[in-house]
Formats: sequence, C-alpha cells, structure tokens
Amino acid sequence: MLDGAFVRARREKRLAFIPYVMVGDPDLETTEAVLLALSDAGADVIELGVPYSDPLADGPTIAAAGQRALRSATHLREVLALAWRCRERCAPIVLFTYYNPVYQFGVERFAREAAAAGIAGAIVPDVALDESVELRAALQAQGLAMPLLVAPSTPQQRAVRIADAATGFVYVVSRLGVTGAGYAPDFAPLHRQLASLREVTNKPLAVGFGVSRPQDVRNVGLLADAIVVGSALIDSYAGTRAQAAAARVRDFVAPLIAALPVS
Amino acid sequence: MRAPDSRGYFGDFGGRYVPEVLIAALDELERAMTAAFADPAFWAEYHATLRDFVGRPSPIYRCERYAADVSSVPLVMKREDTNHTGAHKINNTVGQALLALRMGKRRLLAETGAGQHGVATAAVGAKLGLPVDVYMGARDIERQALNVDVMQLLGAQVHAVTSGTQTLKDATNEAFRVWAGRVEDTFYVIGSVVGAHPYPFMVREFQKIIGIEARRQTLERYGRLPSDVIACVGGGSNAMGIFAGFVDDREVKLWGVEAGGKGVDGDEHAASLLAGSIGVLHGSRSYLLQSAEGQVRETHSISAGLDYPGVGPEHAFFKESGRATYVNITDAQAVEAFHGFARCEGILPALESAHAIAFARELAAQRGADDLILVNLSGRGDKDIGRC
Ligand SMILES: Cc1ncc(COP(=O)(O)O)c(C=O)c1O
Repeated sequence: MLDGAFVRARREKRLAFIPYVMVGDPDLETTEAVLLALSDAGADVIELGVPYSDPLADGPTIAAAGQRALRSATHLREVLALAWRCRERCAPIVLFTYYNPVYQFGVERFAREAAAAGIAGAIVPDVALDESVELRAALQAQGLAMPLLVAPSTPQQRAVRIADAATGFVYVVSRLGVTGAGYAPDFAPLHRQLASLREVTNKPLAVGFGVSRPQDVRNVGLLADAIVVGSALIDSYAGTRAQAAAARVRDFVAPLIAALPVS
Repeated sequence: MRAPDSRGYFGDFGGRYVPEVLIAALDELERAMTAAFADPAFWAEYHATLRDFVGRPSPIYRCERYAADVSSVPLVMKREDTNHTGAHKINNTVGQALLALRMGKRRLLAETGAGQHGVATAAVGAKLGLPVDVYMGARDIERQALNVDVMQLLGAQVHAVTSGTQTLKDATNEAFRVWAGRVEDTFYVIGSVVGAHPYPFMVREFQKIIGIEARRQTLERYGRLPSDVIACVGGGSNAMGIFAGFVDDREVKLWGVEAGGKGVDGDEHAASLLAGSIGVLHGSRSYLLQSAEGQVRETHSISAGLDYPGVGPEHAFFKESGRATYVNITDAQAVEAFHGFARCEGILPALESAHAIAFARELAAQRGADDLILVNLSGRGDKDIGRC
C-alpha cells in the first residue's frame, strides 16, 4: 500500500504529501471529514495520531490536540474503528502512536486488528531501534510496516542500521526537539543527513517535524521522497468542527500541495 | 547488588523507551558514567563534595519516644534531613553535576515535584557555575512555594508547567522535551531512579551512600544489622539508596511505603506498585497507574514528592522477586505521623518521609527489643509547614 504511494509520487516527479491528524480532535466526526478532505486534495499517505496522555516527542500543538481528543474519549480502539470506516475512501493510513497504549492493547492483538482495519503501518516514536524487535516482528507478521525515525543527533552508523530495519519508509526528523511549527527545519544538516541516507538505502525518506510552509517543502527538495505536516495542519482547523474544519484544511493544504513538484 | 543488563533491564523492567533524538545523548551519558565510575578521582571529588558541601556522613538517631508506647524495638532514623538543602536529593545532584562537568556540558536541566530536587540541583549548579532550568508543575509551584523562592535565590530559572496534571509527571514530560531540543550542551539531571537507562542505575549509585553509611553506622552503634529497613517511595530514589546497603543481607527485610492518598481502593492515591500495572512511562518499563486504554492516570498524594504515577524499574523488579515488600500509608496517617514525630522527637519530617515514619510505628508494634527498625528520614518538613 505504502510502496504504491511513493512510487506514484516519484513517477509524477514530486514529493509525497503525508499529513498528520490527531484522531478525535475535537471529535471523530471532524476527524472523518478532515481525512476525506485530505484524501480528495491529494494526500498520498495519512498519519493518524492516537491520543496519549504523555506524548514525549510532541510539542504544545499536538500535545494539546491529544488532550482534546482524550476529552472526547478517543483511544486506540476508536482510532482503529475510524480507519476501518474510512478505508475505501481514504489514502493509505499509518498510525502514529506511543507505545503504552499499544502495550496495554496487546502487541499481537494490535498488529492483528490494525491489519484487519486496513491500516498500512505504525510509527511508534518512543520505540527506537533498540526496543523495536518484538513490535516490528508482530507488525511484519501481519504485513504492516514500521517506519523508524532518524534524528539529527543519530550517529551515521546507527542511521544506517535504522534505515536497514525500517519498513515502509524512513522518517527523517528535520531538527532537534519535538514536533511543532514554531521552528523551521535545520536545512543544512538535514540535507547532509538525507544525502548520506540516500547512499545506503532505497527506502523512501519522509521528512517531518517543523515542516509547515510551502517554502519548507521546497527547501526539503529533491533528496527526500515525502514531507510530513502535522502541527501546522492541526492549527489550521483548531476551534472548528466537521465540514467547516474540512474547508479550512482544503485551504491550508492547497499551497503545500502546489509546492510538492520538484524539477 | 546487581547492575542492569546491557540494555538497561532489571529483570523485565527498565530499558529505553524514548524518541530517537535522545538515544545518542543517553549513549553518551552511559559511556561517560561508566568511565567516571571506574575513575577513583571522580569518586574522590564526589565524596569530598558530600563531606564539605552536603555535610555527610549524615547521623543515625535513635528515637526516644515516638513508638515507645507500642514497642521496645529500637527505632533508628537515618538523618537525610540534615543534608544541605534538606533532603537526600542532593547526593544525586552532586554526582550528576560533577558528571556533567566532566562531559563538558554547560547547562543543567531538572524536573521537580516537591521542589527538593530542584533546590538540590540549583544549589549544585550555583556552586559549579552551571546555569539551571527547573521545570515544575503549576500545581506543585502553588503547594511548595517556599522551595520555588529558594530555587530562584540560588539563581535557577523555574518554569511553570501547565499541561496535563500540572504535577511531577508533566514536569518530567516537559523536561524530556526541552532536553530533546538541547541535547548537545545540556545535561538532564533526573531526580529519582526513573527514566531511561542509564538513569535508574546511575541515580541509585549516587544514592547508595545512604545505605552504605547506614549499614556501617548501625553495626558500629548496635553491633548488628537492622531487622527491617523502611523508606517512602515516590520515584524510589531514597528507598533504593538505603536498600542498596542491605540488599545482599538476605535477613534484612526491606519495606517501601507508597502514598495511599485517600485510600488505595479508590482512585485518589499514588501507589503504583500496589495498585498499578505494568507499562511504559518516562522511558522505562515498570509499574504505573493507568487506565485500561494505557492512558496514565492522575494521582493524588498530600505530599508532592510522592505524587507520581510511575516508579523506578528496580523497585518493580524487587516487587516481583520479593526482595522488598511494598505497603501504603494514607494522607491522614502521614499527617498524624508528621505531627506526632515532631512533638515526640523534636524533628519536623518532610511529608514524604512521614509516610515511612507512620509505617514504622505500625511495624514496631510487631517487633521487639531484639529487632531493629531503620527508617530513611529522607527530608525535613519546613516546606510542608502550613499545609497539614
Ligand atoms: C523528602 C523527600 N522524600 C522522598 C521523596 C520522593 O522521591 P524518591 O522516591 O525518589 O526518594 C521526595 C521527592 O521530592 C522528597 O523531597
């Protein structure tokens, strides 16, 4: 599922667009409307955020979105149900979930039910390479991808091992710190990181954290395969619901999508 | 006493569940720690600082009156309340700050609950010329106002954390996030035996001085080992510190006292080991208070330092192996011990420590003159005046 999305983008000489949405922010109806709007607008893959009480890798925007989603009683089960409902009208879905909700759900059961819901993979930001063996095996057994993250602080040799172990794509974190549109990527080190990853892997490279504006998309440039946009997208429809949120999202993503082609 | 395995596990507990951006920093820390632990010059400086700056060794003190009405058992306090800054926390911050200097880090970062760890970090930072940022829950800032003033007087920046529960849990989240943005020049001084490997092990090694001294002092003074060692457990550092001196003495019973809040049958407590289940929080696998969906629960304790939904992984290991036994004391029992102990012994204990003291009185009723109960009096109670 994921491979097809990246191949198509490459063929069309553009970056793939991966928006991130926090499920249940502020309610499931809104998330569903936003998902469909994103898919219609041309999202290639969608990251669905699973609400968690203690999101260590997230800045204020996504953390607050998660709190709103928890207030609407959205947990992993509700996220899987939403994915199932939308599966035929929606771009391929990758979950973005912290480990503890998965651990309580049961790792094997999680993999099984995610596959049954038509989900393509799971990113688990607090499970780095070293703790990833069990989860990766469980996901793989169900045909699900587990993209792993590479950070600016990741030493070169370790980045090679991460790229080797990642499935679906490699998630390249654009700068130190947590998610958030507050600061832009650190482009010079990012380009060096992308270039050196390119030498060792054919897997798609998706750049995220701090990508929020068309100029960020253009600056990421040719070396990557995809960009991930989260906090800025969430901000774009904060305070609105359902179709009004979907309209905001369409307006927000149009210039980003226009910036995807690389020449 | 054992070190964790190479991946940071004590049995099934521990490990390293953190975002990739922190892995290299934890690797760097582990390498520097291993080198420092093998270097006699590092330990010489640590011990000299504990002697001259902290005032170690801390004494042991035999209570005259507190439990005399219920038992003839000698009840002995390890006086961590006599340390500079008023609690055991400074043993750890001295160690970590010296390590930070060795690593060439230029800033210190800390979370704090009761404020004792923040004060201890601020003091050491001032002494060594390292700027300190402390993250503290907005609710804790309110209930431990005295310590906020002290931190600021010592030159630290105190940042109020308004997300989530506004207590130690969210202060810790925030400290991790800030560290992720500054890993290159900043040392994160964690305040208890929690967090990702190597923190639980490193903090224990820096708090082990409590148990090493207490064992020697008890043998010198009474010619025998204690029958029972008692300490309160928030994250578990003062407990692990005193336990470390006695773990290999199989005949010594170890007791960890968790915050029972308004009762462990309800939701308003912080007894992770007694009433929690296994999960992952703040970088390690251990026991924690959580919902069926894996959301970390809000906790309650009258003492800010125990008001934490997780617990150090080595305590989870001791619980499973049976080496230590975990019990709870409610808010009301702790407050009663706080007042009772002050009036009987002339010592004002921290509310955290009052949990251990209250349990010691219960246990004393089942012990006699041949036994000996040793309690870690982890801190002094000035910060709690007017709160109970
Ligand atoms: C006096 C005192 N005792 C105990 C604690 C609890 O921490 P730990 O369980 O790590 O010893 C604190 C924490 O702030 C404290 O200030």
